[in-house]
Amino acid sequence: MVSARLSRRAALRGGAGLLVGGASLGVLPLFGTPDRKQDPASCRTRDLSASDRRLVVSNWPGYIDEDDGDYVATLTEFQERTGIQVSYTADVNDNLEFFAKVVNQLGSCQSSKRDLFMLTDWMAARMIQVGWIQPLDTAKVPNLHANLIDSLQGVGWDPERTYSAPWQSGLTGIAYNRSKVGEVRSFEELLSRDDLRGRISLLTEMRDTMGLIMLAQGADPADFDQDDWDNAIDRLRKARNDGQIRAFTGNDYIQDLSAGNILACEAWSGDVAAAENEDLVFVSPEEGQMIWSDNMLIPNLASHQGNAEEWINYYYEPEVAAKLAAYVWYICPVKGAQEAMEKVDPSLVENQLIFPSAESLKTMHSFMALEEFQIRAYEGDFADVIGG
Amino acid sequence: MRRGRFTGYWLMLPAGLWLALFFVIPFYSLLATSLFDPEGSVLTGYSVDYRFANFVDALQQFWEPLVRSLWYAAVATAICLVLGYVLAYAIAFKAGRWRTLLLVLVIAPFFTSFLVRTLSWKLILADDGFVVDTLQFLQLLGDDGRLLATPVAVIAGLVYNFLPFMVLPLYASLEKIDGRLIEAAGDLYASPTRGFLKVTLPLSKPGVVAGTLLTFIPAAGDYINAALLGSPNQRMVGNVIQNLFTSTGDYAAAGALSVILMVIIVALVMLYIRTAGTEELV
Repeated sequence: MVSARLSRRAALRGGAGLLVGGASLGVLPLFGTPDRKQDPASCRTRDLSASDRRLVVSNWPGYIDEDDGDYVATLTEFQERTGIQVSYTADVNDNLEFFAKVVNQLGSCQSSKRDLFMLTDWMAARMIQVGWIQPLDTAKVPNLHANLIDSLQGVGWDPERTYSAPWQSGLTGIAYNRSKVGEVRSFEELLSRDDLRGRISLLTEMRDTMGLIMLAQGADPADFDQDDWDNAIDRLRKARNDGQIRAFTGNDYIQDLSAGNILACEAWSGDVAAAENEDLVFVSPEEGQMIWSDNMLIPNLASHQGNAEEWINYYYEPEVAAKLAAYVWYICPVKGAQEAMEKVDPSLVENQLIFPSAESLKTMHSFMALEEFQIRAYEGDFADVIGG
Repeated sequence: MRRGRFTGYWLMLPAGLWLALFFVIPFYSLLATSLFDPEGSVLTGYSVDYRFANFVDALQQFWEPLVRSLWYAAVATAICLVLGYVLAYAIAFKAGRWRTLLLVLVIAPFFTSFLVRTLSWKLILADDGFVVDTLQFLQLLGDDGRLLATPVAVIAGLVYNFLPFMVLPLYASLEKIDGRLIEAAGDLYASPTRGFLKVTLPLSKPGVVAGTLLTFIPAAGDYINAALLGSPNQRMVGNVIQNLFTSTGDYAAAGALSVILMVIIVALVMLYIRTAGTEELV
C-alpha cells in the first residue's frame, strides 16, 4: 500500500516535471528576436521643432568646445542665436556599445529619445542600411552641401550625403607620456618594446586597431585578404599573451595615460590635445595612420528633426567650424574653415592634424568596407582576442 | 478557520508576481537565447533553434575565463572568510559599546556606488601611487612591478567589495551564541582554543555557510573588478558574457555561457549545502 502510493506520487511528480519541461521548451521560440530592419518613411513622427525649441544630442566625450571664462562656446552661441535649448550628453564611448544601447528601440520602430548622434563611418553606414536614420531636408542644410570638403563627398554608403553629415574626421595613431618614457615612433614598437610591457592600451574599435597592425605588417587596410587578416590577428594575440597590453579601451584611455598607468597607447588625434597635458604627445606612426569620420545622424522618430538640421547647418559655417576645430584638434570637414582659422588662431592654419595637406593625406589610410558576413567573422575574431 | 484558508496565498502573491515578472520570464528568455541559431544576427534577428551544441561550443571556446572566474571567486571567498570571521568575532564578543558603530562602518561602503568604490581602488593601486611606491621601497615589489592589471588587484577588489556580505551573516550567527555555553566549556576544563573549536565554531556554521554563498556567487559572476583592475589576461566570465552581448552581438554564445555559469554555480552550491548541512541556515 505504502509503496504503491509512493510510486504513484513519484509517477505524478515525474509526469508534472515532464509536462513543465515540455511546456517550457515549447514556449522558448516566443523569445526569438525579430528582424531589426525598419523603413524610415514609416518610422517618422510629427516634427515639433517649431513649437518645442529643444534638441537632444549624443556625442563622444571631449568632442566639443566648452565655455571657459571669456570664451563663448559654439554650443552656447547656437543656443543664443536660435533659442533652441540643447541637451547635450557625451554618452557615446564606443560604436558597438552605442549600437547595443539603441538596438531595441530603433530596431522596433520606437523612439531612442535622441534627435542627433555622432557615429563612425562604418556604423553610420550600417544604421542607414537597416533604415534607422531619417534623410536630411536638403533645403534646410544648404551649408552642408556647399561647404563639405571634397575628400568626404561621394562616400559609397551615402553618395549624396542624404542621411549623414560629417562632424569631425580624425586620425588614429600613437600617444605617449614623454615624462615617463622615451619616444615611441612606430606601432611595432608599441607592440613589442620591453619597457612598455604591460603599460600600453589599444582601442576596442576593431577597424582602428586592426588597421594599424596591418599597416605595421605591411598590409593595406583598405584592401586586404584573409591571410593579411589572420597574420594581424595572430600578431595581436601574441602581444596580448606576452602581457604587453594593459587594456582595451574606448574613449577612456586618456585618464590612464595622464595618470601614468599606461605609458603609451593607440590614440585618437584630438584627444591628446584636449587632455591639456603637455607631457602627452600624439605621434603619427612610421608605418602610417588610420583616418575616419564621425557623422551626425538623425534617428527615426526624432521629434526635433528641424532643430537638428539647424544644428548641422550652423556647424557647417566656416567660422563656427574653425572655432570648434581649434578646440578639439580634429580634422575639420568644412571648406573655408582654414581661411576662417586666421582669425581664430593663426598658429593652427597649417596644423596637419586639423587641415592635412595633400601630402599628409597620403600617409592616412582608411579601412575597407565590409560585407555583413565579414563584419561578423572579423568582429568575432577580434572580440575573441580582446575579451577571451 | 475557514476565513484564513487563503491568507497564505494572498500573502505570497506580491512576491510571486514580482518573481514571475522579473525572474521567471527573464530566465526563460535567457534559456531561449542559449538555444538560438548562431547563424542569426542582432540585425536580422535570432530564432530559437534548440541548438544544444551552443553549450559545447561555448565551453570549448571560453573554458579558460570560466575556470579563472571560479578560481578567483574561491580565493576571494577564502580570504573574506578569514578576514570576515575575525572581524565579526571581534564585533560580536569584544566590541562592547562600539558594536553598533562598527557594524555601521561595515555597511558604510554601501553608501557609495560599487563602481565609484572600484574606480577609487584604481587610483590607490596606480602604478605611480603611494601603495606601489611603498611596496617597491620595501623591496616587496620589483622596480617595474605593479599591482593594477594583475590577479592580485582583481582578487583584492573582489575581497573588498564582497567582504560585508561575509561579515553580516557571520556576525548574526555569532551574536546569537549563548555566552554561557562558552563559559560551560571553560568550566569543563576546555582550553580557550578547544572551546572555540568545539562550541563557537560549530554554532557559527550557519553564518559561515550563508556568508561563503553570499560572497562566492556574486564574485564568480562579477565583471567590474576584472574590467577596471585587471588586464585582458585577467578577464572573468562576466566580462566575456558582457562583450558577447554588447560588442560582438553573438547572443547565442552569450546565452549559452550564462546558462553554463548558472548551472555550474547551482551545482556547486547544492554540493556545498549537502556536505556542509544547513538545517538552520541563518
